[in-house]
Amino acid sequence: MAMPALPEGLVIIIKRECETCRMVVPVIEQLNNGSLPVTVYVQDDPAFPESLAPIHDADLSISWHHDIETVPTVLRIENGVEVARTVGWVRDEWQRVTGQTDLGPNLSAFRPGCGSLSVDPDLVDELRVRFGATTLSARRVDIAEAEDEFEAMFDRGWTDGLPVVPPTEQRVMRMLTGTTRQPTDVVAIVPPDLVEITVEKVAINAVMAGCKPEYLPWVIAGLEAVCNDTFNIHGVLATTMPVGPVIVCNGPGTRAIGMNSGMNVFGQGNRANLTIGRAIQLIIRNIGGGRPGEVDRATHGNPGKLSFCFAEDEIGSPWSTLAESRGLSRTVDAVTVFPGEGPRCVVDQLARDPESLTNTFAACLRTLHNPKSVLAFDAIVVMGPEHARVYAEAGWDRERVLEEIHARLQIPGSELIRGAGGIAEGVPERLNGVTLPKFRPGGLLLVHAGGGAGLFSAIIGGWANGDVGSQPVTKEVLP
Amino acid sequence: MTSSMNRVVLDPTNERRASTVERVGRPESLRGLTVGLLDISKARGDVFIDRLEERLSEMGADVKRYKKPTFTKPAPVDLRHEISINCQVVIEALAD
Repeated sequence: MAMPALPEGLVIIIKRECETCRMVVPVIEQLNNGSLPVTVYVQDDPAFPESLAPIHDADLSISWHHDIETVPTVLRIENGVEVARTVGWVRDEWQRVTGQTDLGPNLSAFRPGCGSLSVDPDLVDELRVRFGATTLSARRVDIAEAEDEFEAMFDRGWTDGLPVVPPTEQRVMRMLTGTTRQPTDVVAIVPPDLVEITVEKVAINAVMAGCKPEYLPWVIAGLEAVCNDTFNIHGVLATTMPVGPVIVCNGPGTRAIGMNSGMNVFGQGNRANLTIGRAIQLIIRNIGGGRPGEVDRATHGNPGKLSFCFAEDEIGSPWSTLAESRGLSRTVDAVTVFPGEGPRCVVDQLARDPESLTNTFAACLRTLHNPKSVLAFDAIVVMGPEHARVYAEAGWDRERVLEEIHARLQIPGSELIRGAGGIAEGVPERLNGVTLPKFRPGGLLLVHAGGGAGLFSAIIGGWANGDVGSQPVTKEVLP
Repeated sequence: MTSSMNRVVLDPTNERRASTVERVGRPESLRGLTVGLLDISKARGDVFIDRLEERLSEMGADVKRYKKPTFTKPAPVDLRHEISINCQVVIEALAD
């Protein structure tokens, strides 16, 4: 919609609901008797005030297009151009803008105005669509009157099996306020179909996932982190193994958007954790074309393929953060993506010294995927606060904990070769005399998270690692 | 908000339509044709492909072997191109 022109002279925008507007009616009447023509636009009551023959700004187009944030606002228009403006009631300012003196002699010199209806939080999203709709380019899908909109989205194959929020233009425009990036910016090329995705399409899927606008930069960063040859989301999607993108979030922004890093950290109940990961998976489906039973060939999958996203507990951690260990400052926001299966629990309620506890971690990690599998898979150890305290009290830092676990996972080839232990799975016979590590260097990631009570931790097993598979990727979250 | 505004949603998909490509006709015989065998690099895929090579050679086909660098990623563009210019038929051996 083109910007509506304003008449020459003085233009005054008011609403009846505003006490300051009611107070200045005699002043406007005073101006109406002056030399300049006066036009009054009223936002709410079309008859207010009758003495001034107001024009009703019923659809708020005058207020929206002329950036009216406060009522009353006085504009002076000369040759179709705004040359002066004042808001609220400040006598000196009104006299400057109108060029008249002795305005409102019985009024106090100053009274603040009220919020314009055009910036009312309950209306602003609708107005953004009404007046700015042409900025979005996605195809509009009209849902028939007889269709239930939630069922319609299931029917079109747009969901992950749970209902999604209908991505109306209004909701998508609101979502886009969460980023400074333009809707047309390309964020990534999404496998498996290798399709460019714009910020607009990210926002549409983020709405469907249930995100708030402030989560959008996290969704964008997560998407950038998975859509590249290093992380290889194509393989993570296509594999028969039960993995999906696990997203570990770091930085002060995790607390600002209310992410969970504590009790029930992998579980239900936190909107940011659940919807950020879900949005990324919806994008793989809807933009990348990656659907279960098609390119996704998982034998079992895991429930985390709906969303597996959480924050590190940095405040309570005795250690540097995961993002710091990967080269970023703890003052920036970041996501680290990892191809992971569901979490498994490590129980040790008796260890009070770090050696004993490390023995438990090593023994549990040894079984990852198969006790005889070595070097092929990475893992994240998610250390619960009560376990981390044992290390903190002993003065072990992040590096020491990981070194000590690695040291306990150097395994003689005789235990690993095919047939050893009565298990056909294993490494070739030629490795019989060699000692092999369970994990490659850097193959263990350490994160501090979980509730304050419980001598438990968790292990998240990975997928084919290295250049032939997937590497964890860390990306900064930018506004 | 009016209810009608809620009835229009934005398409979350890539809005692409798959193009239809005609399949090459099935050859009457493999004799004299070049058959590419693509090993995706999964364990024991070679066992299957070795046997296929034997059988195809017996049938008079000229067999060429190819291998993806890793089973976790799509075949590189150059490899796909090489197969397409050298072979009339291709067999890709999946594992699992």
